[in-house]
Amino acid sequence: MPRYEPTEVTGEADGGQSPRRRKAVRYAVPVAVAGVAAATIGLVPAFAGSGSPDLPKISAQDLIAKVAKSDVQQLSGTVRVSTDLGLPSLPGGVAAGGFGGGQGGEKGEHGQDDGASASPRSKLMELASGAHTLRVAADGPEKQRVSIVDKAAEYSLVHNGNEVWAYDSGSNTAVHSTAPDAGRHGTHKRAPEGLPGDLKNATPQDLAKKVLQAAGDTTSVTVDGTARVAGRDAYQLLIKPKQAASTVGSIRVAVDAANGVPLKFTLTPKSGGAAAIDVGYTNVDFAKPAADLFSFTPPKGAKVVDGDKQRATAQREHGKKFKDFGARKDAKDPRKDFGGLNVLGKGWTSIATIKGAGAGLPSGKDQAAGDAGKFLDSLGEKVSGSFGSGRMFSTRLVNALITDNGTVYVGAVDKQALIHAADAAK
Amino acid sequence: MSQAEGVLRRPRPLWSLGLLRSEITMTFRRWRTLALLAVLAGVPVLVGIAVKIETGDGGPGGGGGQGGPAFISQVTHNGLFLVFTSLAVTLPFFLPMSIGVIAGDSLAGEAHGGTLRYLLVAPAGRTRLLLVKYATTLTFCLVATLVVALSALVTGALLFPLGEVTLLSGTSISFGEGLLRALAIAVVVALSLIGVAAVGLFISALTSSGIAAMATTVGLLITVQILDTIPQLSAVQPYLFPHYWLSFADLLRDPVYWDQLQKNLGLQALYAAVFGSAAWARFTTRDITA
Repeated sequence: MPRYEPTEVTGEADGGQSPRRRKAVRYAVPVAVAGVAAATIGLVPAFAGSGSPDLPKISAQDLIAKVAKSDVQQLSGTVRVSTDLGLPSLPGGVAAGGFGGGQGGEKGEHGQDDGASASPRSKLMELASGAHTLRVAADGPEKQRVSIVDKAAEYSLVHNGNEVWAYDSGSNTAVHSTAPDAGRHGTHKRAPEGLPGDLKNATPQDLAKKVLQAAGDTTSVTVDGTARVAGRDAYQLLIKPKQAASTVGSIRVAVDAANGVPLKFTLTPKSGGAAAIDVGYTNVDFAKPAADLFSFTPPKGAKVVDGDKQRATAQREHGKKFKDFGARKDAKDPRKDFGGLNVLGKGWTSIATIKGAGAGLPSGKDQAAGDAGKFLDSLGEKVSGSFGSGRMFSTRLVNALITDNGTVYVGAVDKQALIHAADAAK
Repeated sequence: MSQAEGVLRRPRPLWSLGLLRSEITMTFRRWRTLALLAVLAGVPVLVGIAVKIETGDGGPGGGGGQGGPAFISQVTHNGLFLVFTSLAVTLPFFLPMSIGVIAGDSLAGEAHGGTLRYLLVAPAGRTRLLLVKYATTLTFCLVATLVVALSALVTGALLFPLGEVTLLSGTSISFGEGLLRALAIAVVVALSLIGVAAVGLFISALTSSGIAAMATTVGLLITVQILDTIPQLSAVQPYLFPHYWLSFADLLRDPVYWDQLQKNLGLQALYAAVFGSAAWARFTTRDITA
């Protein structure tokens, strides 16, 4: 029996099988392997997702109370953030600020603060589009760490006591700032210039808290079943705006059944489709994180920037210059600088208004009016009403109307509501 | 017959080891293999010299997509980063291309040269021969990666200072630990290539022309790499073998971020299982005429 024929000395008695049949059997092996793999890939997430654990019934009120009194101080985990706001590369301040105003509308100041913290810090703006992975760790109010995990790069923000360090591996730069009175949640918000002092607010907890704060008679809050998030049993809180003009369809918050920590936050726009904001833990651990996570010494060779000094300079330079939302963070008192800022309406349909000084579109007209105008035309659609005419910029969640005399109306409301607001203001 | 089989079977474990050894020596003695390794070793030298010439400016355009730029800015501070940069530069094309050449040639080349049937005369059986061929290819994966890493380390040590290593998270670790991480990265990179190696082996079992097998493997690699960059295909991309390749950088985080690394290794194992068994099905039922 020549060995170069397709027979193998294997000891199996396959003399009875025809070569063709044997071939088919052999080829079935890779097919089976691929099939099993495909089935596993396809079915396991489906099972994991559909698994709604049996949990005792709970009222929305109790669930909210549970979230409010949840005092989990120590946790570490991975957060997946995916945002699809439908804004390609608009100057971020407009949308982010408007979103803050819409969400926290009832508490005007709060809303403003959110807007400010979300204003165009480049890193935070990166989070406003696409999908990102964050690693978070917290040990009490004094120690937090957030890292944005990028391809072969990382941006870390370490808060320990009154020190805040930010490190960008891409540029090998560390920014150091001091939080004047440490420990208070709010102080760390304004800490460093040039970096998102408020990255921490990207966690599901903070988002959920903001929404619950904003919930009033304009909102329906119900418990909608259970889910498994990051391997933990959770209740689903369903929040729906009652006001018809809102662009927000629904908000779902998955709350850990054991300790009341919001694990997942999903905001779906009324227009349907994929969630506009989807922030959730993919992995969470409530044990005390390692202490050395929160200690940061600038690495050798890294450029160290004094964030406090930088902020002071930036404040001086930009304090009065910019007329867009982004400047709000730089200015010491946002209200002073933006006397024109006004919030119309309440709840979900509140609209932020900024009175322009007849300058048309902010900053666009001063410099390259012609080109900028053309560019803006391509982005926004022209609308007119009894207020005059202007341009409407729309995204999946936030619409903005900029009238020809420079007044800006921004809100998470449909276009008609903005035009009405402009008409009413006339 | 049965007696003959018994005689043949006893020395088998040694036999396949011997076969493996002779396969490996033969592969690494080929001029083609040595040339491939020389090219791979040259890449870090080129990168190092380029960075040295460009020295002074840390590189403001650090936002590039390929993953190289992020490390390149660090190379001037620490020569060890040349290892990471070089692996990031060679992993997308150079390394898998050379794997494609070796894997594609492994069976088809023998068939083309008419030596495959002599190999089968050895009492090792086809399955065993296939395993030996695959093991040889995997050895080449590891050797090729280590060649790149070592060449980068030597170049980096000659051109740039060495010292404490700054991880992506901003933590500093000692040089020794940095070396360990570099070694771990080299191993992960080598493991990232077992998928391509299996695909190459399968293609090699399909044809009797070594050149055709190599060209198909490399062509497939390039196609898949292109598909991996098309945003509209994002639903399929997690299942393409190069998708998680650059995840080796996650070993440089503190703490190490395992998620993508695990996905990468799982995906490679899956490709190895599917295409390895396909190659086995083909090779054991094929008529070897040459």
